[in-house]
Amino acid sequence: MKDSSLVLLSSRYSILKKRLHPATKEIGLTLYVIRRSFLAMIGFVIVLSFIFIAFFGEYIAPHDPYETNIVQRFSPPSTEHLLGTDKLGRDIFSRILHGAKYSIRAGLLVLLIAVPLGVMLGGIAGLYGGWIDEVIMRVTDIFLAYPYLILAMAFSAALGPSLFNAMLALSIVWWPMYTRLVRGQALSVRESLYVEAARSKGAGNFYLIYKHILPNCLSPILVTFTLDMGWIILATASLSFLGFGAQPPLPEWGKMVSDGRIYIMQAWWVSLIPGLTIGLTVLGFNLLGDGIRDALDPKLRRVIEVKWKK
Amino acid sequence: MSAPLFKCENLSKFFPIKSFLKTTAKVHAVDHVDLEIPLHQTYGLVGESGCGKSTISRTIMGITSPTTGTVKYNGRDTSRFSKKEWLDFRKRTSFVFQDPYSTLDPRMIIADVVGEPLAIHKVAFGEDREEIVLNLMELVGLKSDHMYRYPHEFSGGQRQRIAIARALAGDPEFILLDEATSALDVSVQAKILNLLNRLKSELNLTYLFISHNLGVIRYISDKVGVMYLGKLVEEGETQKLLDNPLHPYTIGLLAASPKIDPELRRRTADVVLTGEVPSAQNPPPGCRFHPRCPRATPICSQSVPPLEDVGEGHRVACFNLE
Ligand SMILES: Nc1ncnc2c1ncn2[C@@H]1O[C@H](COP(=O)(O)OP(=O)(O)OP(=O)(O)O)[C@@H](O)[C@H]1O
Ligand code: SF4
Ligand SMILES: [Mg+2]
Repeated sequence: MKDSSLVLLSSRYSILKKRLHPATKEIGLTLYVIRRSFLAMIGFVIVLSFIFIAFFGEYIAPHDPYETNIVQRFSPPSTEHLLGTDKLGRDIFSRILHGAKYSIRAGLLVLLIAVPLGVMLGGIAGLYGGWIDEVIMRVTDIFLAYPYLILAMAFSAALGPSLFNAMLALSIVWWPMYTRLVRGQALSVRESLYVEAARSKGAGNFYLIYKHILPNCLSPILVTFTLDMGWIILATASLSFLGFGAQPPLPEWGKMVSDGRIYIMQAWWVSLIPGLTIGLTVLGFNLLGDGIRDALDPKLRRVIEVKWKK
Repeated sequence: MSAPLFKCENLSKFFPIKSFLKTTAKVHAVDHVDLEIPLHQTYGLVGESGCGKSTISRTIMGITSPTTGTVKYNGRDTSRFSKKEWLDFRKRTSFVFQDPYSTLDPRMIIADVVGEPLAIHKVAFGEDREEIVLNLMELVGLKSDHMYRYPHEFSGGQRQRIAIARALAGDPEFILLDEATSALDVSVQAKILNLLNRLKSELNLTYLFISHNLGVIRYISDKVGVMYLGKLVEEGETQKLLDNPLHPYTIGLLAASPKIDPELRRRTADVVLTGEVPSAQNPPPGCRFHPRCPRATPICSQSVPPLEDVGEGHRVACFNLE
């Protein structure tokens, strides 16, 4: 009894291992391509440091980000305050380290809401077609017709200014891009012969979305996801800058830029440092996203795979 | 003769052509065709590109619904099928397409490609499915270590074997092969044809084999149907029909093929296929073939010749048989 279940377990494991092998090979190949590209590597390092700071930044911060010290207000970068202090004498370096977690939270929350919603709607629109497609795509068009920041501002204003509401507002305006993306992909997959083959064997729509359309959308979604992390961080910062997102004294990067902007002539570092941090983070995600795109490009892949095997 | 697996009566498929929401014309892709596919045999359907071979096969399989006529499967009208009967029909019939490159999902490993019909019909799970897939792969001449790879790692011939293995999953009784070997090299083509013949007798299959290559049709089919512009113009047992073609279009097709015996060449010297196939959108009246037919007489452009039996199941649609 025990023996047979052990045998069963081990054979399960060996099947799983064989099945996972092609997938791990794909991931290995992707990492290999990224490693070979200088810019993608820079992006990778920036993103990795950003994630590290978002999780552990508050433990390595030398000062309390909320501790005010009026005597030391606007002190320029020094050994005591690596990146200087702001108008209340708070340590900017510590505030930046603390602020990273708000940015990553915003990015993840927005994508956690927007991506599944957008992907689902896009898959349904592309596969079913007809009036369902019409309705979904017209709503999507309305959303895409406005600059996303304007729409997000409108939603945040309606919800009331807070960082969480700003994230919600961004989630509401972010899904249409994924709907577009997945619908386009679904349309081409729907016409493919392998979907016709599956249909001719009696496959239903749910099966087709799950087994054929989603796996074929995965690479473009992953690329867009990486690029969007940067754009959402920027958008959150912009909303905070405009007063819709984070409220004082939260050390959110966009809010910090806005707080320092009237003192830009006396104390450039108060605005510029968080501004540069935002810029660097966005750049990092963009470089990495481009690297992943190259790595997943089937045409480039064929060539690189040959080199990789050697 | 045993009862046919498929029996099509008066089958048509017209595609409306719309401009400004109005139907301005119809493509007569399949035009009132009667056709029977005998059980455990290979029916070869031949004709030039665009004559409606794929359309008729898709109508038979219920992928598109017919404009007129009925399709009977084992004596039962498929248009009256319940959902459950359709699912069963899908399980018992399979497709193999022409292009071995686009019929396999590039993001699926071969084990899942071949096992797909089992997954759709929830036949076997886990190791049992894996086992069935392995047997199928061996049956079509693939190796077990091919199972956990992606399609792009295979050649055209191997891909077509994979597609055939997938078509065999779930124990079908009928396989539709739409130009299944046309995209392959001649030597690979011969191997696949041999494989198909072997599988047919081992597994008691029925095939509908579509091709524009008469040599392939001669090799694989028991019965041949010749199509021209949506019409079935001649039909009969392979050997008899190809040795003694009666319809001018069939003669023309044979005369155009490189391997033709001298006796036939002498008899068919008057028929040479010239000109283009007219558009199926505005097919010529009367016999569809009359604008290109060297034997045409005035009646040919006035009425449509019926498909008539000239003995032993050899049916021809022509007014001016020799
Ligand atoms: N969905 C469609 N809408 C409109 N016309 C169609 C459609 N499908 C096929 N047709 C037309 O029907 C006719 C028959 O097409 P079909 O694909 O059946 O030809 P075929 O004999 O399979 O040709 P080939 O050898 O090139 O595969 C063609 O004129 C084609 O343009
Ligand atoms: S019916 Fe007339 S036009 Fe048609 S094939 Fe016969 S001879 Fe030719
Ligand atoms: Mg065709």
